[in-house]
Amino acid sequence: MSAVAHDHDHHNPMEPTRSEQVKMNRLGLWVFCLSESFLFFALLGTRFYLWRNPVDGIIRPDLAQIPAFIFTGVLLASSYFMNRAEVAISKDDRTTFNYSMLLTAALGLVFLFGVVLVEWGLATGPELLLGDGAFGAVFYAMTGMHALHVIMGIALILIVWNNGRKGLYTAEDHWAVEACAIFWHYVDLVWVFFYPALYLIGTAIELHH
Amino acid sequence: MRTLYYIVTSALVRGLIGQGITAFVVYQGMVSLRNALGYDTTQGVYDEPSGVMAALISVIGFLLAAGVFTDWLKWIGGEDPPLKHGAQGRPEWTRYINVDVNHKVIGIQYGIASMVILLLGGLLAIIFRLELAMPGLQFLDGDAYNTLFSAHGIIMIVSIFSGIAAMINYLGPVMIGASDMSFPRLNAFSYWVSIPAATVLLSALVVGGWDTGWVAYPTHSTTTTMLGVQMFLLGFYINGFSSIASGLNMVVTTVYMRAKGMSYFRMPIFVWAAVSASILQATITQTVGLALTMVVAQRALGLEFFTPVTDPALIELGFPGGDPTLYQHLFWFYSHPAVYVWILPGLGVISELLPVFTRKPLFGYKWIALSSVGIALVGSIVWAHHMFTSGMPVTWKIPFMISTLFVAIPTGVKFFSWVATIWEGKMRFDTPMLFVLGAISVFLLGGLSGPILGTIATDMHLHDSYFVVGHFHATIFGGFVFPFFAAIYYWWPKATGKMYSEALGKLHFWIMVPGFWVMSLTQMRTGVLGMRRRIADYGPDLGIADEQALITVATLAIGWSILIMLYNLIVSLRSQEEAVPNPWGSRSPEFMSPSPLPEFNFDGPIQVIGEPYDYGLDDSTYVVPASAAGD
Ligand SMILES: [Cu+2]
Repeated sequence: MSAVAHDHDHHNPMEPTRSEQVKMNRLGLWVFCLSESFLFFALLGTRFYLWRNPVDGIIRPDLAQIPAFIFTGVLLASSYFMNRAEVAISKDDRTTFNYSMLLTAALGLVFLFGVVLVEWGLATGPELLLGDGAFGAVFYAMTGMHALHVIMGIALILIVWNNGRKGLYTAEDHWAVEACAIFWHYVDLVWVFFYPALYLIGTAIELHH
Repeated sequence: MRTLYYIVTSALVRGLIGQGITAFVVYQGMVSLRNALGYDTTQGVYDEPSGVMAALISVIGFLLAAGVFTDWLKWIGGEDPPLKHGAQGRPEWTRYINVDVNHKVIGIQYGIASMVILLLGGLLAIIFRLELAMPGLQFLDGDAYNTLFSAHGIIMIVSIFSGIAAMINYLGPVMIGASDMSFPRLNAFSYWVSIPAATVLLSALVVGGWDTGWVAYPTHSTTTTMLGVQMFLLGFYINGFSSIASGLNMVVTTVYMRAKGMSYFRMPIFVWAAVSASILQATITQTVGLALTMVVAQRALGLEFFTPVTDPALIELGFPGGDPTLYQHLFWFYSHPAVYVWILPGLGVISELLPVFTRKPLFGYKWIALSSVGIALVGSIVWAHHMFTSGMPVTWKIPFMISTLFVAIPTGVKFFSWVATIWEGKMRFDTPMLFVLGAISVFLLGGLSGPILGTIATDMHLHDSYFVVGHFHATIFGGFVFPFFAAIYYWWPKATGKMYSEALGKLHFWIMVPGFWVMSLTQMRTGVLGMRRRIADYGPDLGIADEQALITVATLAIGWSILIMLYNLIVSLRSQEEAVPNPWGSRSPEFMSPSPLPEFNFDGPIQVIGEPYDYGLDDSTYVVPASAAGD
């Protein structure tokens, strides 16, 4: 039995061209970002649903402000270098492309270590524990889910940087670099929403341990 | 001997072995690590955090061993491997147990998976229906009953997802005149990731079962000691990857792969339904994924999303607690519209088949097309009607009641169009048409019992009663099961080149429709009389013992009728007779090509030159080969 007629000619007469495929890839990536937005908005919704109390209304844990501010700046700066890398490859400027990609990944790593070592308190002694009620749960869920995407973004950037080094992309055809850039900017944008939600909005509640 | 070799070296078997080994190694490693760190790993049937890690990593083990990631890993290494078409030198049937990128192969893989899972879920239902046939506990205890109904729920949901994926994958690309999906490898991933998801889910039955139902509300799901709950949550979660990827794929395919001349309002109407369902699938699945992750995390890591603060000192400080209703919001934000993901393709099948069997144009094409989008949109803002008894402020309840009742408008549009299409048509009562009419009748029953539950006052009385069970099964049988069976009969000669027996098809129909009506109406009646859902027993004094026995008999009838269908289909495969290319006189593109469809569906591009549903009108053509279109 076979439900696909057996034919030995394995050439697709309607195969999409490269430019058609890139168009589809682009829409696919945007739909993926839309899908992810439902996850991140659900997390934001969770934050505003749980971080409330009858006296103060919307609240937040009183966390150290300076490190978070610095690491947010680092992440935003990485987006600048990502954009620089994309512009460079479209002008066939290999040197700028290579070091901009690496710089983006490096700044991403700094942000990641900032979250894990400083924010998660592994280095400085915990400000907020996993089991600290809704404060701990939401804080670790939001930073953790975002950090997971940062890790995926860094991996993607390093893969594309490596393939770029081998000369696989041209000024005209560098979809992989564009995909990297869209994803990285997207992950940054998510943090632009998460940072104020975690650190700035609401009445600060002091933590006691 | 060759056959055995092909089976043992297939992606399916390699994947399962890979998954088993990965799960074992990761679990043992995690347990040793946790022992070394001083944790107690001997509570329960297995160590929970280690089990979670093992289940998650085992999915990657499956996919690597099956070869789903092979091309992507090559891409990471800088290669650009071409798509592999065909059976790779093996017999054709091995395509169905190997990783294949062809949308028709994937569609049939989903179809087979759907039927196998349906039989399993049905069997579980029959077991607990036999228990419920008489008052008193006969052969099940509470835990076994709870595990059975919980498993029946989620297994049937997986079957439904496979069923709609079967229809969307097989029909979507060919109906719009494309050779395949936009992302064939991602399409294969969607199918293959659902297999390890299913094994994780089914492992819940052997590691203690679970008693949370398929909704898994905290605080019960976060505190139950039946550890199957973790595997259920993870299996459900991993299946979400399949939903998101296939939804995304179908949306892009529809936007960019349509044939020349096929504007959005000249697509076969099923495609509108499929795209509406796909948009929902690609987006809302994320919120249930988050809800499930939260329960997993609360159980395994101690993140307290759902535990209210009780320590007076912390309350004094203004510390926020968790809230179990948060889960219900995130869960139903997905799970209400998910029902539309299941029924929209089915309603699309009804609209697709009616004009063929009445030989009349589809009444109000644009209205039907937009009503699918309307159902998807309105259906996304009604979720909290599941929470009228959950302690929600009344100011939230009223808007959700109103939005819920609004769903009746786009759904009503579909009903009126169906009636107007049937009106004065030259009806033919072949098996697919019978199932379409059965679907309309059953969906009407489900539709009419819906507003009663969407209205706060009546829902207060009927919430969590058997009335809900009757209503829900009517919507799903009317919106999915009957149309899915209609689709199987209708496209069977197209997909296999063989014709089933009409007599057996009609026998299936005439057992299943009365069987279902009796089952569903009697369920509603026992609900009104006081039968609770998810309860293993009821007292004889409720006066519903006869009704319960009747429901069980009806369930058995439905089960037998489905076995008749499978027998009919399987026997037809062995018949020597070839089906005619277009047995129903359809105008749709897939019937331009021979049966079974060739590898790339068409010999070359096709072009749309007319309206899709001008049945009964002379000289009106819908699609022609682009080479014959003349421009
Ligand atoms: Cu609902």
